[in-house]
Amino acid sequence: MQTITRQTLLDKAVSLLNSGAVTCVLGWKKGEFDYDITPAIFRSAEDLEANFVWNDFCGANFSKYLVAKTDRLDGKMLVFLKPCDTYSFNQLLTEHRFDREKVYAVGIPCEGMADIAKIKAITGDGISSIACDEKISVTTLYADAPVVIDSKDVLLERCENCKSKKHVAYDELLCEEGETIDSNRFDEVARLEAMTPDERFAFWQNELSRCIRCNACRDACPACTCEKCVFDNPKSGVENKAPANSFEEKLFHIIRAYHVAGRCTDCGECSRVCPQNIPLHLLNRKFIKDINEFYGEYQAGEEVGSRAPLVNYTQDDIEPGDVFNRGGDNNA
Amino acid sequence: MRKCSLDKLDLVFAEIAKNAELYLPVDGSDGGAVYQKWTEGTKRSEKLNTVKSPKDFFFPQTEDLMAFKTEGKSIDVIDTRKAAEDFVVFGVRACDVKAFDVLDRVFMVEPQDSYYTTKREHGVIIALACNKPSETCFCKTFGIDPKEPMGDISAWETDSEIFFKANNEKGEALLSKLSGLLADCADDAADAQKEKIDAIMDKLPLKGLTTEGFGGGKTEELFNRPEWAELSESCLGCGTCTFVCPTCQCYDIKDFNTGNGVLRYRCWDSCMYSDFTKMAHGNNRLTQKERFRQRFMHKLVYYPENNDGLFSCVGCGRCLAKCPISMNIAKVMKKMGGKASE
Amino acid sequence: MNNVAETLIPKIGVITDVRIDTPDIKTFRVVTRDGKKAFDHRPGQCAMLSVPGVGEAMFSITSSPTNEEYMEFSIKKCGCVTEWLHQAEVGQEITIRGPYGNPFPVDDVFAGKNMLFIAGGVGLAPLRSVINYCRHYRDRYGSIDIVYGSRSKDDLLDYKEIIDEWATDSGVNVHLTIDNAQEGWDGHVGFVPNYVKELGFSTDKTAVLCGPPIMIKFTLEGLCAMGFDKTQIYTTLELRMKCGVGKCGRCNVGSKYVCKDGPVFRCDELDELPDEY
Repeated sequence: MQTITRQTLLDKAVSLLNSGAVTCVLGWKKGEFDYDITPAIFRSAEDLEANFVWNDFCGANFSKYLVAKTDRLDGKMLVFLKPCDTYSFNQLLTEHRFDREKVYAVGIPCEGMADIAKIKAITGDGISSIACDEKISVTTLYADAPVVIDSKDVLLERCENCKSKKHVAYDELLCEEGETIDSNRFDEVARLEAMTPDERFAFWQNELSRCIRCNACRDACPACTCEKCVFDNPKSGVENKAPANSFEEKLFHIIRAYHVAGRCTDCGECSRVCPQNIPLHLLNRKFIKDINEFYGEYQAGEEVGSRAPLVNYTQDDIEPGDVFNRGGDNNA
Repeated sequence: MRKCSLDKLDLVFAEIAKNAELYLPVDGSDGGAVYQKWTEGTKRSEKLNTVKSPKDFFFPQTEDLMAFKTEGKSIDVIDTRKAAEDFVVFGVRACDVKAFDVLDRVFMVEPQDSYYTTKREHGVIIALACNKPSETCFCKTFGIDPKEPMGDISAWETDSEIFFKANNEKGEALLSKLSGLLADCADDAADAQKEKIDAIMDKLPLKGLTTEGFGGGKTEELFNRPEWAELSESCLGCGTCTFVCPTCQCYDIKDFNTGNGVLRYRCWDSCMYSDFTKMAHGNNRLTQKERFRQRFMHKLVYYPENNDGLFSCVGCGRCLAKCPISMNIAKVMKKMGGKASE
Repeated sequence: MNNVAETLIPKIGVITDVRIDTPDIKTFRVVTRDGKKAFDHRPGQCAMLSVPGVGEAMFSITSSPTNEEYMEFSIKKCGCVTEWLHQAEVGQEITIRGPYGNPFPVDDVFAGKNMLFIAGGVGLAPLRSVINYCRHYRDRYGSIDIVYGSRSKDDLLDYKEIIDEWATDSGVNVHLTIDNAQEGWDGHVGFVPNYVKELGFSTDKTAVLCGPPIMIKFTLEGLCAMGFDKTQIYTTLELRMKCGVGKCGRCNVGSKYVCKDGPVFRCDELDELPDEY
């Protein structure tokens, strides 16, 4: 359950819109069911009153939308940012991808977002309604009584391993200043590192073989904001769409992971949007873990303008030979 | 109509698999259902439907078309088409069966696509009625009845038994091979189950979704409507909806240099992609709004205009479940078309 | 192996002649290995040419069906396949399949009509087929007017054929123009749509247009202002295509597939399509 209410956010949005401080609001719009929420730009108080939602299904990270949606905007856009979204927000600013002056950022607290797939694994299909109160109460077409679930049991993976409740960017904060969290987010990476190369290859082969090359991971990724992606270039030979052979799809994800290394804030959108439930975030986390180990702790997006270790030479940098030697063939 | 008890179903599968490859939905390692080849011990999925549609059986995501050998200035074309083997797909839902009709009207009209047609001729579809439709289902909007799935054989399942009815010669031929395992029964044997399905259909949240306002001849009325801008506003331009869709049929043809010649293959393409209509000197759909509109106009207006009013959506609900931003054809239809009647 | 016919599987074509027409347009003559035409076609129809490993693309067949020896394609360098073709030499094999699309209605609607052909740049390529068809069956048609313009004198396609053959035919009037004045050019200077207006044609003609979208747009407006009805005006479209037979979905505009229902459209038919071509 979220600690801040829809009404609080709605009041904030309506007052900023009515005062003219912002001309539009980037928020969550209700869908057909209680969980299929769409990011939307609201331009009137009436639209907000009727369609704005805030509940346990507002997982979408809005930061990337700011690149395209503030480009030719008159006035400012209000954006609601959960703590993890603020890291992407800063990283995009570091890369000069949108104009900070066009945005009014309101930090909002987040208690973790729910994964509808995990809920359905418990309740089955045929959900008629979901109430997000103290607990999540799911009514289905096939059970006589609602199924009551503790929201902690059905969190999105990225929320289970939440790295921070701290807002690293905002114009206004609607909650107490939060703290970063010692999460267990590298445990799964460590488990993969402990595998033999053959086991690890089999793991990724199984996961990546499901890829349908829909590019949702790339298109949702706040670190992927190239105006022209190499995978959209017919001359590249690695264009989007289907792979020419089964290895190419692995290449796609690995190239992407390299490209966002040092810039990925670990927001988890890639895994959240994957229609085939491929744990893509693990590739990025492996890079984050390695960067932390080689160059000292670094969190992309924590500060605007920070220089990522991979683009910042210091005399203390680890020698390539040390990287090569550190774990023999157990390197991922 | 013929039947057997559910605990004998594995024997039926084994019998089918003696003569042809048998595919059916099983649970994948990620929790989603996927069509897989049946072998002894394969456990079929309890899920309502597979994440990817069964269109892959006839129109796979990637498919080799031909190969070329080049030497100096000369080129040889190598026909890589193989003789198709018979296969059986068990557990296809009514919506997905209808989707084959939609695809047939593309690939099996002149000039016939031999790759698709050959596979279609060799596949036997055993369609299974849906006992537990999902909230995302709206097949009825398109005149599809989940308790009367078509296909070569229709099947109904109760807690203890499964019933089969052949719909054509192909289906009859397969059922007759199973006669040792199936018992004859009255044609109304599955009626109680059908009634249960009807009762559920009445409760589905999207039951009121209507095609009113769509169909052939509606281009002028719908094309320039302002709602497209709002509906497409947060579209990421990914291909998820297209690739999980059982009726999307756009494809690309590409060449792959194997190092030992050239392989020409086709693969699914998506009108949602920025380069779908890109030419060397321009693009006739420059923004995501235009690409988004194309997808829905094609399904709800252009396709029916060319195909006797048949819509190229079957209400399977996959795009509702899988779109990263939860924008989908149901929302488009509600916004642009006739209002749902409660 | 499968013996069913498959339109996607092409034939082999041999380039037997390469003519440099303009700095960025070459005309390729193509026959089969045994020296014949790959297939018969009608004026305005297209063929898919490919270079394995580079790609496949749709081109209008610029030679007339009345040419029974070979087919010709005038190709402007502007993408992967065309760049490759521009480096090809005589004797190079390519692949060819077709014919695709609807032709100009040369034998019914156009029969007995006074014809007005208006082209810009490489847009002459699809019209050359129908112009030469009409010249071949000269007595079936009334007067023939050809307005053709390009950026410069050097960018005029088929210049030699136009001067030596078309302009010397009786009952054929050729009106050439280039965008900007140029040394050695004493003909008309100005854009095609303006030249059409200056020339001023009587409305007893059937017009056929092809060229860049902007030229089509203004020429069409000009003709309509002169009193032409859109049912008297034909054009031919070009969109990205992959299959050529109305299945792959690339060239779908409204309920039409340009590869199969076009590329030739009457201008009033275009009005019924959404503005996406």
